Amino acid sequence: MTATLTKTTPTMAARTKVLQRQGAAVALVLVVAVSWLVFPRFGSLDNLRDLALQGSFLAVIAIGMTFVIITGGIDLSVGSVYALGGVLAAWGAQYGFLVALLLPLVVCGLIGLINGLLIARTNMAPFIVTLASLLFARGLLLVITDEGATTYKIASDSAFVELGRGTVFGFGYPIFIAAALALVGGMLLNRTNFGQNVFATGGAEQSAVLLGVPVAKTKVLVYTMSGTLAGLAGALTAAYLQSGVTVIGVGLELDAIAVVVIGGTLLTGGMGTVLGTVIGVGLIKVIQNVINQIGTLDSNYQSVVSGVFLLIVVVLQRILRR
Amino acid sequence: MTQATTQAAPSTAVSAAAARTRWLQDNGVYVAVGVLLLFNAVFTANFLTVGNFTTQLVQAAPVLIVALGMALVIGTEGVDLSVGAVMALAAAIIPLYLGAGWLMAITMALVVGVLAGAFNGFLVAKVGIQPIVATLALLVGGRGLALVIANGQLVQLRDPTFLSLGTDDVFGIPISVLIAGVLALVIAAVTNRTTFGRQLVAIGGNRKAATLAGLPVTRVLIGVYAITGVLAAIAGVLATSRLAASDPADMGLLMELSAITAVVVGGTPLTGGKVRVLGTVFGVILMQLVRATLIKHNLPDSIAQMIQAAIIVAAVYVARERR
Amino acid sequence: MPTDMPSTPVIEVAGVTKTFAGVRALSDVDFTLQRGEIHALVGENGAGKSTLIKVLTGIHTTDAGRVTRNGNISTIYQEVNLVPLMSVSANMFLGREPRNRFGLIDRARRDADAAELLRGYGITADVSSPLGTLAVGEQQMVALARAVDANADVVIMDEPTSSLEPREVETLLGVVRKLHEQGIAIIYVSHRMDELYRICDTVTVLRDGVNVHSGPLKELPRIELVSLMLGRSVKEIESHGTTAFGEDHHADAEPVLQATGLTSRPRIDGVSVTIRPGEVVGLAGLLGSGRTETAKAIIGALPVDGGTVLVAGNPVARTVKASTRAGISMLAEDRKTEGIIPNLSVRENIVLAALPRLSRFGVTSRSKQDRIVDAFIKRLRIKVSSPEQKVAELSGGNQQKVLLARWLCTEPKILLLDEPTRGIDVGAKAEVQALIDELAREGLAVLLISSELDELLDGADRLVVLRDGSVAGELEGDQLTREHVLKAIAAEVTDDSGDHAGSPQHSR
Repeated sequence: MTATLTKTTPTMAARTKVLQRQGAAVALVLVVAVSWLVFPRFGSLDNLRDLALQGSFLAVIAIGMTFVIITGGIDLSVGSVYALGGVLAAWGAQYGFLVALLLPLVVCGLIGLINGLLIARTNMAPFIVTLASLLFARGLLLVITDEGATTYKIASDSAFVELGRGTVFGFGYPIFIAAALALVGGMLLNRTNFGQNVFATGGAEQSAVLLGVPVAKTKVLVYTMSGTLAGLAGALTAAYLQSGVTVIGVGLELDAIAVVVIGGTLLTGGMGTVLGTVIGVGLIKVIQNVINQIGTLDSNYQSVVSGVFLLIVVVLQRILRR
Repeated sequence: MTQATTQAAPSTAVSAAAARTRWLQDNGVYVAVGVLLLFNAVFTANFLTVGNFTTQLVQAAPVLIVALGMALVIGTEGVDLSVGAVMALAAAIIPLYLGAGWLMAITMALVVGVLAGAFNGFLVAKVGIQPIVATLALLVGGRGLALVIANGQLVQLRDPTFLSLGTDDVFGIPISVLIAGVLALVIAAVTNRTTFGRQLVAIGGNRKAATLAGLPVTRVLIGVYAITGVLAAIAGVLATSRLAASDPADMGLLMELSAITAVVVGGTPLTGGKVRVLGTVFGVILMQLVRATLIKHNLPDSIAQMIQAAIIVAAVYVARERR
Repeated sequence: MPTDMPSTPVIEVAGVTKTFAGVRALSDVDFTLQRGEIHALVGENGAGKSTLIKVLTGIHTTDAGRVTRNGNISTIYQEVNLVPLMSVSANMFLGREPRNRFGLIDRARRDADAAELLRGYGITADVSSPLGTLAVGEQQMVALARAVDANADVVIMDEPTSSLEPREVETLLGVVRKLHEQGIAIIYVSHRMDELYRICDTVTVLRDGVNVHSGPLKELPRIELVSLMLGRSVKEIESHGTTAFGEDHHADAEPVLQATGLTSRPRIDGVSVTIRPGEVVGLAGLLGSGRTETAKAIIGALPVDGGTVLVAGNPVARTVKASTRAGISMLAEDRKTEGIIPNLSVRENIVLAALPRLSRFGVTSRSKQDRIVDAFIKRLRIKVSSPEQKVAELSGGNQQKVLLARWLCTEPKILLLDEPTRGIDVGAKAEVQALIDELAREGLAVLLISSELDELLDGADRLVVLRDGSVAGELEGDQLTREHVLKAIAAEVTDDSGDHAGSPQHSR
């Protein structure tokens, strides 16, 4: 009995580990390889650049979502907050670069902070609180844009537009920003005490309290982070599009959650990686790219694929943990 | 031992405050509806007209139908985030089968609803996935699937019988309102008067005890999610017929939020073990009245949304169980 | 150590009283822990051990009395309070991670430090793998290593061995001795006599929140210790002379329940119980000896590694549903989490298990329900303002009667009662006891689990004594005396109760 017990658990764990850590990566490699062979245009530098740029906006949001989900929470407000961030940046751009960048970060960070405080201090369910702030952020966006009638344009010669459209070797700045954030996020998660607190909070909240982990503070921080990053992604998008588009971001929270979970982060909390999330973004964006190239398929297949992937991952996680 | 004396002990100060909170949780929604009606009767022009009430009820009917199912799921200590996506699926199915007659189209839409719900229930009850997580997959993929089915397009519908569902009335009561009313009565009866309903509430109240008492937990849970799925599909059918078009892109968007809000505002706790059907009906009416009031007083949609968000948070705050 | 005076106790508690909502959990307790000693803290459920530990660690404030602490205290709970999904080393250093010169966590050093620390505890696991992949015993050891490394002068261990395999127990006891050699004082909470006598210097026995004995352990005979723990509560003798059980019941010949070789490691191992119609079989043993697990295994609520259950000669599948259908019902020990449905009324709680029978085509019949509920409320004398009262508003005794009624509604053949009189007042207790008697007389087979020896001796026709998950003896007739039971529990040699009770240790 002892022998079987100590014998089965590590192999189980190893299997789980491989599937969690490498499952998405293997899928990504396969999908990329097949796409490269089947679609001649896929491998072109232009396409890859475009792919990376498109992925970078989602990646910025998903990094914040990764932290939230590891604490065992969920942030459904990021789609709205992302749109709000874009509008604020476009509006702020008339007052210069700093306002355009900082205004969305501060306002969206505040929405995240309020989410975090409500969740951590009153024990309300994260999905309800953030659904409400999804509504709230949309409302705020409509207030700023005269009920959606006004779209703020950013002068194409402003420094802020450069942030979204500037390139190095043809690769857009947002790609580097997302990469830097992923690096910092990974460090934060694995190499700082805050990151350990994030894992402990989501892994076993009661025990975490007994172990002296500041659970409430950790929750407030991750939601603030998630809001701020969603705002940043919105600002970058606005800079790239040269305007604050009011109708974007609907359902984006679902994409963000999907890529986080596909990347191996447990939706129930306590386990996950930023690298996995980046791979998840890559996987979804490559599939979307391919669907677009097939032409006969419409882009709606992408969310079906996300949903199916999400389902498979969630069921696998559950079965492997039994 | 000293137990005998302690049972009588709970001190009056604490229990008075608790009783007040409990009363607010139980009856707040009725009071709020009354107050809003009174306010509008005095301050809103053309409020107390049959036409206005009819409009309000027609708008509220699909939300109510979805909320009834949501109340059952929440009663089992679960939640269903996929209701909006199921509505979209139902909407997408209708034009495919409308050629074979309105009855066929509606039947197929409802079948899809049942299947989607049963699938959610299977994930929750058999695989053991948390309800939020289990229903999230369908929320993510369901609408996309609906759009794929519909080729991403809005389809105008012309079948007169099907469209009459959204336009006709019986004795002055619109058909959709009638259906919503009947369904509310049915769900109330199911909850309070059937073995299934009572087992559902018991499972939500204490799943461990329910299991130890030999209750068919798996069967009841799958049934509850299937009912929620079919109700969402009915709501999708009615909304589609009123729109005279199948519009999977917008059908039921954020419906999960509206439904959960109505249920919680109506006094059904998210912690399960209790289903308040009448409260849910009034919860839907309250949220509809709030919107109508704001619009009639020329507050823009933006402010209306923000106020709704505040009401949701306040309602959940009042309803949550203190630890 | 900060103050190196051997004569100062490291913890001193004087006259501590603690009350929860009118219930006295501790009354006027004195307790002294000397530097470097291993002090056993024993007592049955509800005796006040947990409360005392929480007072010592400062989690609870006291209502009266004085607590002096002269050192750092670390506590290790029965349940491992770590994070299973995080790595072993991350768990050990959570909140005090070693940093490199950039202020980032030095993972290599963390792993190396953790591995080295754990080697001292005889653990060679991969410290970078998730804690949850370790065996429970190893996890327990990681918790211990973490606690001790936090510069503790005192380590409190709350039932550290209750879920360990024998081999793991040995390792843990080795670690305890090592800590002892380092001069760390230990409070050791356990019900396992063997362990206590092997490692502890002194003992404190709590009963009903009172310190009934403190002194050297070695000089105290086992049977005396057990009797101190179980001894009839002082209050009870004052208020109530005996239990309310009548005389023995006549048992028919054919057993209605035959449970054989029930095994669910590490909790129970090869437990067999048979009950005849009309017979009350008592299950005796200390807390953690496997009583509840035996009952749960019989009804199919505990996954088993082996064993069969026959009802009236027919095998029953190991699920609650099958068992219920076969006529087995179980009154769970924990009324709150496994018994009542708090939101529902008394009526609904009573009819819950019998609902399908009280319905037609799935529609419940209120009149049928009312008839049966009224009958049971009268028969069990359940005190309610109306059957529609919420069950959560009732007293513990009345809740217990509601649950009894729920099971009697299903007309069971076999009733498993796990601590049916715990936490209910004296009057209700007598009523429940009388009821058990009556039910048996009507032909029901009853399995009675109780921590109160008197209840078992008076109520049961036959006793099965469990020790560490195995049957330590069966007593009936003349053997149904305090002394025999205590001897079997304490594992002292008795003349006639078989070889089980004879060996002080098994399987080691």
